[in-house]
Amino acid sequence: MEKKNQKNKSKEEIELLGRRIVNQIDKGKNPEIVFPLRNLSNIVYDKKTKTLKLGDKKGSRLFFNVAHAKKFLQTVEVASIIKKELLDSGKHEHLRGVFYISKRTIPGTNVNIVDDQTESDKAIEDLEVITGLSREQMHVSANKMGSMVGNIILEDSGDTIDCSKLGRGGYSVPSITDELSFKKVNAKYILYMEKAAIFERLNEDKFWQKNNAILVTSQGQTTRGIRRLLQRLSDEENLPIYVLTDFDCWGFYIYSVIKYGSIALAHASEKLTIPGVKFLGITADDIVKYDLKKHLIKLNEQDLTRMKQVSEYEWFKENKDWLRQLKMMKDFGAKAEIQALATKGISFISEKYLPEKIKNKEFLD
Amino acid sequence: MTENIKAVELSKKQREISISEFFTRNRHLLGFDNPTRALMMVVKEAVDNALDATMEMKVLPEIYVELKQLNEDRFIVIVEDNGPGIIKQQIPNIFAKLLYGSKFHTLKQNRGQQGIGISAAVLYSQLTTGKFTKIISKIHPKKPAHYFELHIDTKRNEPIIERDHEVDWNKDHGTRIELELEARYQKGRQSVDEYIKQTAIVNPHAKIIYITPEKERIEFPRVTNDLPKEPKEIKPHPHGIEIGTLIRMLKDTTSTTLSSFLQNDFSRIGPTVSSNICDEAKLSTRAKPSSLENSQIEILFKVIQNTKIIAPPTDCLSPIGSELLEKGLKKEIQADFFTTTTRPPSVYRGMPFLIEAAIAYGGDLDKESTIRLMRFANRVPLLYQQGACGITEGASDITWRPYGLGQSSGNLPTGPAIIVVHIASVWVPFTSEAKEAIAHYDEILKEIKLALQDCGRKLAAYIRKNVKAKEQKERISLFEKYIPELAFSLSNLTGEKSAIIEENLKKILNKNMSKLIESVQEDGKEESKE
Repeated sequence: MEKKNQKNKSKEEIELLGRRIVNQIDKGKNPEIVFPLRNLSNIVYDKKTKTLKLGDKKGSRLFFNVAHAKKFLQTVEVASIIKKELLDSGKHEHLRGVFYISKRTIPGTNVNIVDDQTESDKAIEDLEVITGLSREQMHVSANKMGSMVGNIILEDSGDTIDCSKLGRGGYSVPSITDELSFKKVNAKYILYMEKAAIFERLNEDKFWQKNNAILVTSQGQTTRGIRRLLQRLSDEENLPIYVLTDFDCWGFYIYSVIKYGSIALAHASEKLTIPGVKFLGITADDIVKYDLKKHLIKLNEQDLTRMKQVSEYEWFKENKDWLRQLKMMKDFGAKAEIQALATKGISFISEKYLPEKIKNKEFLD
Repeated sequence: MTENIKAVELSKKQREISISEFFTRNRHLLGFDNPTRALMMVVKEAVDNALDATMEMKVLPEIYVELKQLNEDRFIVIVEDNGPGIIKQQIPNIFAKLLYGSKFHTLKQNRGQQGIGISAAVLYSQLTTGKFTKIISKIHPKKPAHYFELHIDTKRNEPIIERDHEVDWNKDHGTRIELELEARYQKGRQSVDEYIKQTAIVNPHAKIIYITPEKERIEFPRVTNDLPKEPKEIKPHPHGIEIGTLIRMLKDTTSTTLSSFLQNDFSRIGPTVSSNICDEAKLSTRAKPSSLENSQIEILFKVIQNTKIIAPPTDCLSPIGSELLEKGLKKEIQADFFTTTTRPPSVYRGMPFLIEAAIAYGGDLDKESTIRLMRFANRVPLLYQQGACGITEGASDITWRPYGLGQSSGNLPTGPAIIVVHIASVWVPFTSEAKEAIAHYDEILKEIKLALQDCGRKLAAYIRKNVKAKEQKERISLFEKYIPELAFSLSNLTGEKSAIIEENLKKILNKNMSKLIESVQEDGKEESKE
């Protein structure tokens, strides 16, 4: 359970922001919020810790500046909601809920304080860098979009959950995983996959039972809750983590986010990144080895643009193995989905591909 | 015997057709195609004459125009000026003989060019009503005024004087013409009203009083006491003539040698060029101009066209001037913004010309429709044949969007604007004798575009600035709306009183208002701080 002093600390931090602004106003100054910039220009790849971090560049948001005023108001409004509606009462609210509480029309205008959820979401991320509090510490949760199965028993809000006895769906991972505690873990490794469909395939094949593994998925980009869960399992239970994604630049980036952190959440890297994570597949070599070339999908305009971006990220640019993968993808002129393995037989992935790769330690770092 | 020969038989029917007869049958060529247009043409010819007459005398024009409606399709047109008047003997010729006048043989920036104008109006009056045209003219305060009633003998192109006597006329000098004609009166873009209004715009030195058929008196005031610079007469430039003109000039010249003819009757030919031309054409410099044979003239013409000769002088032109054009527009057009441009003179086919342009924008002008194009040639409004006019082509060729007007490609732009183009030239190239559309010479189109683009740039700057200013105002008022919201949020966050925070924020806003307006112009990005 969250400790009481953490809640008080959160309250203090968020109130401090308000106090500073009120002080400025009392002194007749243009109210200003200063915070680290969160765009690519201020993202630093720390080679020592192998994580993405925020640099030293600071941005300034002024209330009396037409270009900033609305964002300024959004930041303060969302802060007041977190303080008054969540922290004061000890309740949690979803990102969507915060959006609805802050969404209202300013009297005498046709202007809404926030027009869509991306604006309130952004305000919360801004508050993270401004106050140093994580979203979770501010009692704001996100969509839970992830599942876990395997030989692991954990405790969630007083309930004990055995993840080996949860049928085809598995354990639905909550958006805030800081408060989970691991009771009993009996597995050799964690397999994290981009595709929920593969998760279902492997679960049906009882892959985790046969190979003594924990399976985790979160459809598409990995949520913060899952990333924090994986990090804790890696740190606290010393489990190796292998990542299985499509053979495309979006898949590669999913892997790199788990390993090094993301541009959008660089300020939270410390609590989310897992430098030890390994990429299992699908690789260009798998395509050659398992003769999957017939099942490739031609790269489109977006793929090529993304490829160009990804190959310029420092953490890819300085890694020969990844440059080789990207080059081979470019030479193929094509990408592949994990499901392409099914052309070798529905259970080819669980019976041959995965066991072989893991046994031979065919990983990319 | 002869009775059986066809040619002899035919010859009985063949005879000279006088210009008057020709006009009778082809009145559309001169712009008298329908009763509405005829009314405009008659007023136009009379007003043009009035303005030119006062110009020659160097007096500030005071022109009186009156339309009297007799019945639905019959009108009396009266135009009176304070010009120099016309001596008694010349009155019949000027008003009742076609192609008679002082302008036809000269190259000078004049309103009329062919001398066909006013007598055509007299003829039209005669043809449609059979009435006499009444003229009063006075040349000096101490001399009597003369009154004439005139017709034209259409077969011989000679005046018929019905009455001729002295009258009392309460005026120092000037001319008054009164014609009765079949016509129709209408309002709108091609009306007499519009013609007079546009005339007032490009003649800001003139005072015009206009009595409409509804007996409404409209006064167009004078906004400057400066007379326009009088255009100078120039001799033709050798590259601007046709072979027929050369033949006529050789016949008419008073010069006795070819060399002196070339030097005296043309501009820009000196002794060297003259003797070069003669050598090249294998003609003696002392040849008698009138004795040249046609084959020799043909060679001479070709040689002249192929000889390099400097461009004609351009100081013969008299632009309205940017400042006066703007004044003229401002007094007649309700708009927020005016810009004008006068281009330096240029040359087409040996003829000097000059383009002026203006744009009026905003105000009462219609935002949705096509702009209004006002075309002028030597200070005369052109109301007809807009589609056939080179000015229209020039204005449509420009890409107007960057200048802040709408446009579907190749068309005139849309927006709350009036676009004005004036061409001044010693010889305006009209597409027909109706003198309503400018011919499409490349040199002229180019100048039109340059002039309009210059106006366009100034218009764009104005629009940018003003649209911005409007946005700034709106944004400042947005701060006022944001303040209570911010105060409310901060109060929730800190527990401080909302009203006090709001008061303090208002103080900051009021104190920094001017600074805030300036800062709006900066890029909206959140500045980075190292």
